[in-house]
Amino acid sequence: MKDILGLVAKRLGLGLVTLLVVSVLIFFAVELLPGDIAQAVLGQMATEETLAQLRLEFGLDRPAVVRYFDWLAGAVTGDFGTSLIDGEAVTAKITDRFINTLFLAAYAAVIAVPFAIALGIIVALLRNSIFDRVANVVTLTSISSPEFFLGYILILYLAVKWSMFPAIASLSSSMTFLEMLERTFLPALTLVLVVTAHMMRMTRAAIINLLASPYIEMARLKGAPPWKVIVRHALPNAWAPIINVVALNLAYLVTGVVLVEVVFVYPGIGQLLVDAVAKRDFPIVQACCLIFAATFILLNLAADVGAILTNPRLRHPK
Amino acid sequence: MSKYHNKSVLLEIRDLKIDGYADETWVPIIKGVDLTLRRGEVLGLIGESGAGKSTIGAAAMGYARDGTRISEGSIEFDGMELTTATSAEKRALRGSRIAYVAQSAAASFNPAHKLIDQHTEAPLHYRIKKRMEAQEDAMELYERLRLPNPTEIGFRYPHQVSGGQLQRAMTAMAMSCRPDLIIFDEPTTALDVTTQIEVLAAIRDIVDQFDTAAIYITHDLAVVAQMADTIKVLLKGEEVEHASTEKMLDAPEEDYTKSLWAVRSFKRPQKSRPEDDSRPVISVQGVDAAYTGGAKVLDDISFEIYPGMTVAVVGESGSGKSTAARVITGLLPPMSGEVLCRGEALPPRYQDRTRDQLRQAQMIYQMADTALNPKSRISDIIGRPAQFYSGLKGQGLKQRVDELLDLIELDPAKFYNRFPPELSGGQKQRIGIARALAAEPEFIICDEVTSALDQLVAEGILKLLDRLQQELGLAYMFITHDLATVRSIADEVVVMQNGKVVEQGAKEEMFTPPHHPYTDLLLSSVPEMDPNWLTTLLEERGVDNIGEAASV
Repeated sequence: MKDILGLVAKRLGLGLVTLLVVSVLIFFAVELLPGDIAQAVLGQMATEETLAQLRLEFGLDRPAVVRYFDWLAGAVTGDFGTSLIDGEAVTAKITDRFINTLFLAAYAAVIAVPFAIALGIIVALLRNSIFDRVANVVTLTSISSPEFFLGYILILYLAVKWSMFPAIASLSSSMTFLEMLERTFLPALTLVLVVTAHMMRMTRAAIINLLASPYIEMARLKGAPPWKVIVRHALPNAWAPIINVVALNLAYLVTGVVLVEVVFVYPGIGQLLVDAVAKRDFPIVQACCLIFAATFILLNLAADVGAILTNPRLRHPK
Repeated sequence: MSKYHNKSVLLEIRDLKIDGYADETWVPIIKGVDLTLRRGEVLGLIGESGAGKSTIGAAAMGYARDGTRISEGSIEFDGMELTTATSAEKRALRGSRIAYVAQSAAASFNPAHKLIDQHTEAPLHYRIKKRMEAQEDAMELYERLRLPNPTEIGFRYPHQVSGGQLQRAMTAMAMSCRPDLIIFDEPTTALDVTTQIEVLAAIRDIVDQFDTAAIYITHDLAVVAQMADTIKVLLKGEEVEHASTEKMLDAPEEDYTKSLWAVRSFKRPQKSRPEDDSRPVISVQGVDAAYTGGAKVLDDISFEIYPGMTVAVVGESGSGKSTAARVITGLLPPMSGEVLCRGEALPPRYQDRTRDQLRQAQMIYQMADTALNPKSRISDIIGRPAQFYSGLKGQGLKQRVDELLDLIELDPAKFYNRFPPELSGGQKQRIGIARALAAEPEFIICDEVTSALDQLVAEGILKLLDRLQQELGLAYMFITHDLATVRSIADEVVVMQNGKVVEQGAKEEMFTPPHHPYTDLLLSSVPEMDPNWLTTLLEERGVDNIGEAASV
């Protein structure tokens, strides 16, 4: 156990270093853009005086390195500065949106992960049968279609033609949890369709990969029925690759939902990011990028730890 | 045979034919084998790899491995025809009435579950016992098989238990439902001789105690002689001969059987160190070594290898034989001590050695399968070191590769453009030898080069190595755990135990008493053709001592 804690601490430290590098990239990528923020904000109205005044106001007259550390110090304490457009605190603007995005991601994940793994186990059990092929074709089709296309198809049938679910997923604070679930069902379903194929196919492949192992043959020769061979003997040794793909897809659910949020007018962080990019509201763009990067790093760390925890050699050292 | 003659027939196989899928067609691999096994009888199945021993063993459970199918014949187990039984009917027999013990227990235990949970799986599945009962029974079986801490060992994971113990735990698992028949598929092949004895003794005892019938599959005649009542010899899917063990050992009838019996005949005269003041080609002096952060694997090792001589390094697995080779080649820099080549110290790391120093120490590996890149042509595998060390190009390089192929007795025209997977095990090992020769070394390390090969093939490789030594004046460091090999080709022997050299000297001295106690243990543990060898040995050592003797 002590080894594992040490390992987790080491990975966490490495994750922090990665995040620091990413923060440098994010900050200076914005710096590299032609013109500066003052010019971007003022646009057509820029004159020498207004520019100089705004630069002074934003502190742009100071060297970039100083501003970076200023920004970093703020980010660490949760202060990402103020929006260039309306002067509101970035943190306040982002918080609600991010919670919404997490809600949608969690909603989709709670459905997609168990569904994909269960389906993966079933197709591994029925490998090369008609069911296996149909499941593969259907999930591949859904992963190959762009999310916005899937989203519109779902709206067309489930919202417009059969009016089962609302087409627009706007939220308000007075809604109950159940209402929220109903409101956001279509975007969640779209995401489920997008991420299931990947996880299911990895589960199937990881299990089938093990079926040639001597211990699987041993299980068969002990008279274990096929489902038991898969669930009890193959699956516990297949977790590592499955967990990695699950983590990758969870990260995608948080960071890759921009299009789905736009299609369903969902007030998530993706939409905010798109707006901010359009309006050149750089503090928001930087904050969103940093949050996305942190999400990726954290989920990958969780996957590494998960893979370690499922390895009996590491869990029970000699 | 007469002993079982009035017992009822348990397994009857008639004209069994099995096909294997290869190159997109079905080819016969078992070509009509008959077999009758009575209750309590132990049948030994022997033959080289590819003879179909394991395939027949699996078929006795009604099981066809992936890529094989039972095409003809009948398999009748206790009145039930297995070739026509449904998969559910066959499954109901497996684990409960017919059990299986695999070659590598380390690979055949599921790494994710505790031993005892795997042990109790079948009895619980068949509702023969409740969990607690099944666990108690497991502990009792562990005790009978003389496993240490029988009440505790089952709660460990497979990687926490040594190979010999795992093999016994697997035998216990096979016994969990008290089957009528157990298939032992080379259960001791992967073990050291000293460990092999305890497993053999344990298997023999338990099969006796419960009067279980068994099919014992092996390629080792001396082992089968200890275990079986009758022996069936197989060659390429066909039966060669079948007789009682005594008769088979004393008076084999068929030529093939006789050739198997005579396989250890190769022996070349022992050479002694050169009289003049020529220096050893390799001299290891006071070497200590450890892997990163680990305990010492080598402890003050010293030995010398003179030109044109073969020095066998013997010991159990984990004794440090292969680590010594890694130190000599520079793969593992020693903590202290040094390696001299003709009196000159070699840099400890291979990265710091010159091309000429690297050339001096070439290696041939145990598993030719994994030591040759399956995607490289033979011409590239041998050609690359020839090019690297001798700077040959174009026609000159081709000529050199042809020359090397001639040396290892493979026709250049036939093998030049082929890939390793198209070759047999013996041919692959010859390519490994040619690759080492391509560097024109004076010294070659042979790491268990024959232990993955059949006896006849292994003998061919030994003869080849001997011929090359005479023609090219090579010195060999021959790492092995097989003392029969040592007897046939070594000039000097170095015995290692737990990272130390316990004894070294000329071969004849080593094989004549008095020995160091550890050498004695190694020598006396090598199975002999005498069917009473195991019984006698156990009496000499005392039954309770054998477990201690081999605990590594």
